[in-house]
Order: sequence, then structure tokens, then C-alpha cells
Amino acid sequence: MAVINKTGTALQEAAAPVRRPPRPIVSLLLGTLALVGMMISIWAIFLYAPTDAIEGLSQRIFYFHVPVAWLAMLSFVIVALGGAVYLWRADERWDWLALAAAESGAVFTTLTLVTGSLWGRATWGTWWTWDARLTTSLILWFLYVAYLMLRSYLGKTSTSARAGAVLAILGVIDVPIIYESVNWWRTLHPAAEIGTPGALPPSVVLVLMLALVSFTLFYCVLLIQLYQLVRLQHLSWRLRARLQAVD
Amino acid sequence: MNRLSALRLFCSQVLAILGKDIRYELRSKQTWLGMGLFALLVFVIFNFAFDLRVENRAAVAPGALWVAFVFASLLGLGRTIAAEREGGSLDRLLLCPVDRRAIYLAKLLGNLLFIGIVELVALPIFAALFAVPLFSGELLPIVLLGTLGVATIGTLFSAMTAATRARELLLPLLVFPLIVPVVIAAVRATGALMIAAPNEPPWLGLLAAFDVIFLSLAFLTFSYVIEE
Repeated sequence: MAVINKTGTALQEAAAPVRRPPRPIVSLLLGTLALVGMMISIWAIFLYAPTDAIEGLSQRIFYFHVPVAWLAMLSFVIVALGGAVYLWRADERWDWLALAAAESGAVFTTLTLVTGSLWGRATWGTWWTWDARLTTSLILWFLYVAYLMLRSYLGKTSTSARAGAVLAILGVIDVPIIYESVNWWRTLHPAAEIGTPGALPPSVVLVLMLALVSFTLFYCVLLIQLYQLVRLQHLSWRLRARLQAVD
Repeated sequence: MNRLSALRLFCSQVLAILGKDIRYELRSKQTWLGMGLFALLVFVIFNFAFDLRVENRAAVAPGALWVAFVFASLLGLGRTIAAEREGGSLDRLLLCPVDRRAIYLAKLLGNLLFIGIVELVALPIFAALFAVPLFSGELLPIVLLGTLGVATIGTLFSAMTAATRARELLLPLLVFPLIVPVVIAAVRATGALMIAAPNEPPWLGLLAAFDVIFLSLAFLTFSYVIEE
């Protein structure tokens, strides 16, 4: 009986710092918006957007590729920012955010490479070329993998969080290089045409913006879920460690 | 005056740790002998892997040189903090009232010295084996800046991975993606020495820029990865 009581109080104590998760209303709202946006985007991409005169149907992958690539880069910036604030404030919530962003960013970078590769096969006739933007994107993928491997090898410790933060802060230099690579080097990869007036018909810009917003909303939902998952993983791990200490 | 004495203290700390590492290395001869032999083996393997002939020599040689240097460097860099940890001296070093940045700088200088000696020995052998004229004075800054970039990142990450189970596996995975710009710039700059190519970006300047960025970031963040 005493043992049960002891364990019971230990559980209560350990459970005390657990904050209630933020109201799922935010997630639901964002999720609904993302779902509706995605549906409209898919309709617009395949039925509304005009077919490219030169590239033909394969150009439509552009509406997936660009948002996914944007989120891949944004994610790494979030990882680095989360890491930097974590080093500064030593508040582990920032580290959870960084870890969640790294997990989703790795997926989005993989999707970027895959969609780009498919398009390259259709347009360039090759799956891969060592073009500046492709190479720097591949490096970003390696950075994500290195980050996740480092974190898993070091376990759920503050050493792991600090090491990850330092890796992300050094690695984030790659993001502006990816972005500017089409301007700095003569690349096969098409340059950004959004800001250039007259480069793209307005309907293309409209569909692209719609896709960008929908994908970003979807990403926000994903990031919130992953953040909660990482948070609960850490809290449950801590609870388990405390229970073992009690035993 | 106060700042000057602090700087003097900092320098004396760096020199003390560096002196200890040099003495350790002179007695054990582990790291630089292993690195040097490894670099030679990479040269030999490259020689067969690429079937060197007169016409492809200039295209292959810079890559072979830097692959050998980078791989050999990583071999030595992995030992930086791990040797301290194995000897149990890392905790004592951290307990000393020493600025963490002094530890980093001393380790970095030590690594630069060991890698530099290996490179100095390997370069003439490389030039003889590959029959390339590499004895121009212009190669020295390229090798120095390239090695600095590799050693800056390598020293920082060897502190991170020293605590893990699989540090030999993890260190290259962390270091290679980050040093890609340094390696590209170093290989291109070395290649430009052999065949003058027009319209090349200023690779040496890029190399120096990356070194400065990496060095300052590593300097700022080292204390976070070494703290227990």
C-alpha cells in the first residue's frame, strides 16, 4: 500500500509541471483552412492553370515543387532560430520547436528533391545534374539528416539540444546560398520569375500564391502536431526517469 | 590595462594547452603518423581508381589532393577531444578556470599544426606521384585556408561527438555537409593553378570568407557544446 501511495504521489508530482496543450481549436481551424486550400489548389493546378507552351503538362509540378522547397528552407531557418533562442534563454520549448521543425523539414526537403527530380527527367532528360541549386539543396537534405542523427545519438539530454542548436546555426548559412544560387551562378535551374513583371501570366502567379498559402497552412498544422508530439515524448521520458528514480 | 592583462592570460592559457598537446603528440606519435600514412594510401588508391594519364591529370589531381587532405584531417580531428575524454583529462581541463574559447583555440591551433605537418610531407610526394608541378608559392595560402576551414568545423564537432557511442561514424556525417563550400573553393582554386580558367569566381576570397564565418560562429558556440 505504501508503495502504491509513493508511486501515486510521485506520478502526481511529475505530472504537475505538465501544462494543458493549447486548445485544439487553433489546429482544427488551421487544418480546415489547409484542407480547403489544398482542395482548391489541386483543382486550380490541374484545371485552372494554363498549360506551359514549351514544357507542357510537366510544368504543373512547379506548383507543388515551389511551396515544398520554400517550406524546406523555412523549416531550417526555424530550426536555427529555435536553436539560437534555446542557447540564449535555455528554455527547452524552443528546442522542441527546433526538433519538430527539423523532422518536418527533412520530409519537405526530400519532397523537394523528388519533385525536382521528376521535373528534371521530363524537361532536362536527366534525373539529376550537379547544378548549384540542386547541389546546395542536397546539402540541406544532408544537414537535416545529420541534425536528426545527432539528436538521436545524443538522446533526450540538454547536451543533445545544445549540439543540435550549434549544428543548425552553422548549417543555416546554406539557406541563403540555396536562395541566391540561381543568381550567383549560371545554373540550369530556372531562376525566380515571380518578381519580374511580365514573366508569368497573372493566372500562374495566382495559382502559385494559392498553393504557397495552402502548403504553408498545412505546414503550420504539421508543425503544431509535431511540436506536441516532441513535447509529450520529452515529458513522458522525464516521468519515466522520475519513476525509476523513485523505485 | 585590465583588458590587456586578460588578453595575456588568455594567450598563456592557449599556449599552455597547445604545449601540452604538442608534447603528448611528440611522445605518442599516434595522430600525425596515422594521418600521414592514410593520406599516402588515398593517393595510391586514387592513382588506380582514375587510371591517371597525361590528359586527365590536371582534372583529377586537385580532387585527389583535397580528398586525401580532408579524409586524413578528419582522422586526426576525431581524436581531438576524444583522446582527452579517454584519458580522463577532459573533466580536469573543464574544471580548470580556463576560458572555453582558449580551449577551442588551443585545440584548433594544435590540429592546424598536426594537419599542416602532414600536408607539408604529403605535398611533395603527391607532386611526384601525380607528376604535377605543385611547388608554386600560390598553393600555400590555398592549403592553409582550406585546412583552416576543415579544422575549424572539425574541432568544434569533435567536441560534440566525443560523448557519443558512434563518434567515428557521426563526425564525418556532421562535418562533410558543412565543409562542402570550403572543399569546393579549395579544389577549384587548386585547379585554377594548374589550368588557368577564365571567368572563375574569386575562389580564394570565398575560401577566406567561409573561414571567417565558420571561425567566428565556432568561437561563439564552442562553450555550449563542451559544457557538461
